[in-house]
Amino acid sequence: MELSYFPGCSLHSTASEYDASTRAVCEALEIDLRELEDWNCCGSTSAHSMNAELAKLLPARNLEIAGRAGLDLMIPCAACYSRSKMAEMELAEAGEVAVETSANGQIRIDHILDVLAEAEVLDKIRGSVTRKLEGLKAVCYYGCLTVRPPKVTGARNPENPESMDRLVEVTGAEAIPWSYKTDCCGASLTLTRSDVVLKLIDRLLVMAQEAGAECVVVACSMCHANLDARQKEAAAQFGRNYGIPVLYISELLGLAMDVPESSQWWKRHLVDPTGLLSSKGFVQ
Amino acid sequence: MGANAEVVKPDPAFRKQVEEKLGKKISSCFHCNKCSSGCPVTFAMDFLPNKVVRMVQMGMKDQVLRSSTIWLCASCQTCTTRCPNDVDIAALMDGLREMTVSEGVEVAEESVPLFHDAFLAEVEKRGRVFEVGMLARFKLKTRKEGGLFKDAELGWEMFKKGKLKLLPDKISKREEVREIFRKSGA
Repeated sequence: MELSYFPGCSLHSTASEYDASTRAVCEALEIDLRELEDWNCCGSTSAHSMNAELAKLLPARNLEIAGRAGLDLMIPCAACYSRSKMAEMELAEAGEVAVETSANGQIRIDHILDVLAEAEVLDKIRGSVTRKLEGLKAVCYYGCLTVRPPKVTGARNPENPESMDRLVEVTGAEAIPWSYKTDCCGASLTLTRSDVVLKLIDRLLVMAQEAGAECVVVACSMCHANLDARQKEAAAQFGRNYGIPVLYISELLGLAMDVPESSQWWKRHLVDPTGLLSSKGFVQ
Repeated sequence: MGANAEVVKPDPAFRKQVEEKLGKKISSCFHCNKCSSGCPVTFAMDFLPNKVVRMVQMGMKDQVLRSSTIWLCASCQTCTTRCPNDVDIAALMDGLREMTVSEGVEVAEESVPLFHDAFLAEVEKRGRVFEVGMLARFKLKTRKEGGLFKDAELGWEMFKKGKLKLLPDKISKREEVREIFRKSGA
């Protein structure tokens, strides 16, 4: 399988472990990722909050590049994915072809979960798991933009998605059902109104604990930043003791597939998963 | 409701202005409150999301554009997803934010648009966001509110973990991105 790959700005910096783990897992699955040439920032929250035209044109440039590359496009960051899908929809509604390939066909724009949870790939992952993560209790946190709005994402069940849960189960870990799969983390308010984010992540982490989870698995760099980097602060503010590492789905899969460099990835986390993973016998 | 309750004379002009800008209708809202019930940030807002819709319906332009609500909206899309009448409340919030700029209104939550400005300045400059550059711009812009050293400890933790790159990424065809900014009047 060959796919075009759009990492987005955060995967080249604060979420570089998401990029590294995604590439490594795809390589192990023989999914050839081709980074889009000279891609630009999708505009994220800031563009659509201030200028609708800008919010459409920034991702549109990337869609044009993807069209010329002619491969289906995979995007790990939920915000980049959302903006790209919205631009595609807007351009289509205006009668403009979003992505023109040389064969004039349509390319698919997928979030990483869509690609990995697809039946064929899921089977391949199942066959590639050499380290079963039995005994690990996880909750899957999908956040907002991987599923909403369903008109844009095509999500079959935006209130209770299951793609990540299936991926977690394939590793042998337990994906515990819980009611906060798609409750917002506060996203970019983290720099402007961090008080709001702290309250939201406190709720998420307390509920994860209540569900019996030992870790939270995510598929969005913003969700990871809020749940991981602000966890210590939230614990201090609300008098909690969460101790809940936050793992990217690609990191979890990489661990289960015994990808050698996996321990390099979570060295970047502020809530260190090593303690949890070694207590389960998954790492030394 | 007492004798001192404010009487509002409905004026459809603002609603029409908003609907034209969005290319979507909001008049079908009958205040089932599903959006407000699902919104995660109402605890910090001055007006509930459906109240903002009502205020737009009634033509209360000034109050809406000066609200905190429009800036605290996290664009989580819960409201838009659940609305039984296809009112795109999330898009409405975007449109209202944009209007504060075009109408020159004094905003309620200054740091939010300042953050967006800092972010977009980075995009315009190099085609991608250089996070350290963006943070520097944002901190300088918000220094009056004591923002300069807020999160400094967290920033240091992240830097130690290698999460903050010191050198910016930049794209080759930066001019194409600058053209996009010019075209959108940004």
